[in-house]
Amino acid sequence: MTGILSLYRSTIGKKVVMALTGFILTAYVFVHMIGNLKVFAGAEKLNHYAEWLRLDMGYPILASFQGLWITRIVLLVAVGLHVISALQLWAMANAGRAVGYAQKKPSYTVYLGQMMRLGGIAIAFFIGYHLLHLTTGSIHPEFVHGEVYHNVISGFQNTLVSVFYIAALVALGVHILHGTWSMFQTLGLNNRRYDAMWRTVALLVTLAILVGDLSIPVAVLAGWLY
Amino acid sequence: MRLTLRIWRQKHAQARGHFATYRMDDVSPDMSFLEMLDVLNEQLTEAGEEPVAFDHDCREGICGMCGVVINGIPHGQHKHRTTTCQLHMRNFRSGETITIEPWRAKAFPVIKDLIVDRSAFDRVIQNGGFITAPTNTIPEANAVLVAKDRSDLAMDAAACIGCGACVAACPNASAMLFTAAKITHLGLLPQGQPERTMRVVGMVRVMDQSGFGGCTNLGECSLACPKEIHLDSIAQMNLDLIKAGFRRG
Amino acid sequence: MAATLNSKVPSAPIEEMWDRHRFEMKLVNPSNKRKFTIIVVGTGLAGASAAASLAELGYQVLNFCYQDSPRRAHSIAAQGGINAAKNYRNDGDSAYRLFYDTVKGGDYRAREANVYRLAQVSGNIIDQCVAQGVPFAREYGGLLDNRSFGGAQVSRTFYARGQTGQQLLLGAYQALSRQIGLGKVAMYPRTEMLDLVIIDGKARGIVTRNLVSGKVESFIGDAVVLATGGYGNVFFLSTNAMGCNTTAIWRSYKRGAFFANPCYTQIHPTCIPVTGDHQSKLTLMSESLRNDGRIWVPRQKGDTRSPNQIPEAERYYYLEEKYPSFGNLVPRDVASRNAKMVCDEGYGVGTTGYGVYLDFSEAIQRLGKQTIVERYGNLFDMYQQITAEDPYRVPMRIYPAIHYTMGGLWVDYHLMSNVPGLFVVGEANFSDHGANRLGASALMQGLADGYFVLPYTIGDYLVQATLEKHDTTHPAFKEAENEISALVKRLLNIRGERTVDSFHKELGRLLWEYCGMSRNAQGLQRAIQDIRTLREAFWQEVRVPGDGGELNQSLERAGRVADFLELAELICVDALHRNESCGGHFREESQTAEGEALRNDQAFAYVGAWEFRGVGSNPALHKEPLEFKYVTLSQRSYK
Repeated sequence: MTGILSLYRSTIGKKVVMALTGFILTAYVFVHMIGNLKVFAGAEKLNHYAEWLRLDMGYPILASFQGLWITRIVLLVAVGLHVISALQLWAMANAGRAVGYAQKKPSYTVYLGQMMRLGGIAIAFFIGYHLLHLTTGSIHPEFVHGEVYHNVISGFQNTLVSVFYIAALVALGVHILHGTWSMFQTLGLNNRRYDAMWRTVALLVTLAILVGDLSIPVAVLAGWLY
Repeated sequence: MRLTLRIWRQKHAQARGHFATYRMDDVSPDMSFLEMLDVLNEQLTEAGEEPVAFDHDCREGICGMCGVVINGIPHGQHKHRTTTCQLHMRNFRSGETITIEPWRAKAFPVIKDLIVDRSAFDRVIQNGGFITAPTNTIPEANAVLVAKDRSDLAMDAAACIGCGACVAACPNASAMLFTAAKITHLGLLPQGQPERTMRVVGMVRVMDQSGFGGCTNLGECSLACPKEIHLDSIAQMNLDLIKAGFRRG
Repeated sequence: MAATLNSKVPSAPIEEMWDRHRFEMKLVNPSNKRKFTIIVVGTGLAGASAAASLAELGYQVLNFCYQDSPRRAHSIAAQGGINAAKNYRNDGDSAYRLFYDTVKGGDYRAREANVYRLAQVSGNIIDQCVAQGVPFAREYGGLLDNRSFGGAQVSRTFYARGQTGQQLLLGAYQALSRQIGLGKVAMYPRTEMLDLVIIDGKARGIVTRNLVSGKVESFIGDAVVLATGGYGNVFFLSTNAMGCNTTAIWRSYKRGAFFANPCYTQIHPTCIPVTGDHQSKLTLMSESLRNDGRIWVPRQKGDTRSPNQIPEAERYYYLEEKYPSFGNLVPRDVASRNAKMVCDEGYGVGTTGYGVYLDFSEAIQRLGKQTIVERYGNLFDMYQQITAEDPYRVPMRIYPAIHYTMGGLWVDYHLMSNVPGLFVVGEANFSDHGANRLGASALMQGLADGYFVLPYTIGDYLVQATLEKHDTTHPAFKEAENEISALVKRLLNIRGERTVDSFHKELGRLLWEYCGMSRNAQGLQRAIQDIRTLREAFWQEVRVPGDGGELNQSLERAGRVADFLELAELICVDALHRNESCGGHFREESQTAEGEALRNDQAFAYVGAWEFRGVGSNPALHKEPLEFKYVTLSQRSYK
């Protein structure tokens, strides 16, 4: 039996997959957040940036659309592995405690555990919505292909949509907060001396993503962006 | 103190269990939790009922035999972490209702009432949780130096009593803390190096096969651990297993 | 008569005796070892180390324990440390000095040859344990740390925080687990030995009860090793684990093994006092506390002031005053008896008046709180957990409690009892501690027996014994099984009015009163009568709920208490016959003018080994004379 495969078969191996794919996804969300902030630079800059992502990312090594599709494929694989491992671990955990406790302890961490799983499902739905809303525009009534600035602003001017985005981002934040610290723990990079540091890193990454991303719907609702 | 106890009663492994309610009118705050159960059992025996079966032995917090879930918390409290036998009734209020359940995990099937079968832990140890040092084939004790800080960390992990509270507390019924404690204890010492890879691979395999869940890094295990085994050890075990995965052969 | 007690001590100078004897002993051909099956009962330090070592040698081993895992045996609770004559501190220690101290500490009632061998292999134990990964305390340079313990004048005690027993046991348990994993040891947890089976005059097997299913089963082997610990729980309240019992050695005694020195019981001076009738056991705190704690009581009887309000001049540091050179570090028996004396005189503290102070305020001032935390942190936490008092601010209250039993089945130099093929190791035998055990010596003895003595001597027996081929269908097994099944039925069918524990508690009070820290002829005679009465009542009035074919903890306890009720009588008979004071056995008739224990070497320098003659009948006494060729007999003095 080869080492890597037997590693993957273990619960710990599945956790390692979750940590590594989680890292890719968190890094993507972070870069995505920085890109999003271009909205504050105005329509021209944002639309130009979006065009660059589609056509010129990776130039001169990659041709048009290649960078975009490579990113999409990497993300798709990462999400797939992340979800499959999560579901496998979830099933094992459920089987691990066939009979539950009659008296449950009110515990923050137990809720956190449920939040990672239920929150994960919520995030999956949100990603689907987000793609239909701002990538394909299928459910965006005023969607104009290529007019990214317009699509964002008009989308968020709908209060319901903005509130939904804000709620989804908070769920994502909780997921990333525990997930980022967990990653260090799962990959064996944590110990009692580094623990506080990794927790701070996780908090800062989460806050940066939340503040950066939340600023857009908030600014649109407040009328600062139009 | 007056107490109402809701206790899980189950005649044998295959039987259906249920909660039975008992009232106790004269509990001394100086009693240990198990002494309180002793008194209950004396009352039940005198009344012609069957006493409640529970595991216990040393009653000084070191053998790891006792352990029940009290009001949802393994060993009963988080404030001063301890085993059930060292928990005293002064931690409860008169008039309180206390729910007492066995450890719940597929890998720890109930044998009777509050007694569960923890032999999965022994099997994990049998598959690598040791240093091969047959009697008398060994160097002088001081021939190998061990830095004090490493030795102290090894002792922190070695303090595990194998009670199973970590499994009982974990929302996934995971045995990672128990397994990791032994891997860390032996892995920190120079004597434990030659078998380090084999040890982690063997122990994790048996741990997984026994039906424990995986770890979601929530820390409930460490919070319930009467010996305060640190989550560090789980990170160490993860790293050891990852390294083992990338080793050749 | 004396011929039956051949100690088989080899004739050689004591320093060379064991080495030469190891050469003289016959070896089992390596390829034949797997043909021998050895039954080991118990998984404490002695049992686990023996089972692991025997399996490593190639024998098939069957190992039994009543707990759910071999790792739970009560050796795990030993706190303080393990002695070894390594002389790492260059303070003049040697095997000879450890031997000398142990014989003297045992009040000259141990067999010199055994004790010397124990001292000799003590160093190997440390080597062995370090190699297994036992995390002994270390110095910053990476070397092993030592401390002085229990009144020793040299620093020879190795320790792992306050959990030395746990770490040593886990080392042995790991070695055992490895052999279980390899299939060399078949492990039977939650299984209690209830009888010994002797065929053709040799121990050939045991009968057990599966504590989960209730099934009575037989196991056959070529030798039986008992490593079932001591019988301190005969007192009900003791520092032993709740399950510790005498059943294995008692039923072997009833099958013909001799029981030696049953009256040698040790009372540990530093335990947490009793709080009430509900008390189920006593918690010991390591005697290392006496290294820095000072023991005192108020000078005024019945002083109810809180200890911190009692000025220095009104405190009676009785050990320091009576024993200026050893002070608080006098041996256990002396410290315990003095605590009892001051409490009996009315100076005791706490709500019951049965307690003395153990005060760390001076040590905290001198060394700083941090040092005390490092040395005793876990003990202080434990104390606070149990008593809800903070020993950093208020002195601890302590009182003596039954802790260890030096007596046990008689064994020869090979650790074999008078029944061929029945070996007894660890606390279950009588051999090494005489009338009083020194601190940090129990762990040493258990591991010495299991790792370094038994694996050699058992081979010598197996080679020479003619062992017929039998199986468990042999009538001797069937007869024993039937007896056990009948016993179980009998206990369940009494259906009386009293619980098992109520009998056990009453027995404990009786023994503590008349055969505890001090004993006299009148009290012992009375105790024997009372025990007989109580035993009769037990067999008529006890109520054991449930049935035999299931997990039934009341039934388990009932069987053990039935044996305790018989053993208690033997303890008193032995105490009554030994009209001298020695070590843990203090006869009021035999004391110096100052109230110290007074031995009578002329009349009692022997091991008293008792032969069973029926319940209620007087047992027969066999004497093994003790010769002291190396250690000169003297009155112990700790002044």
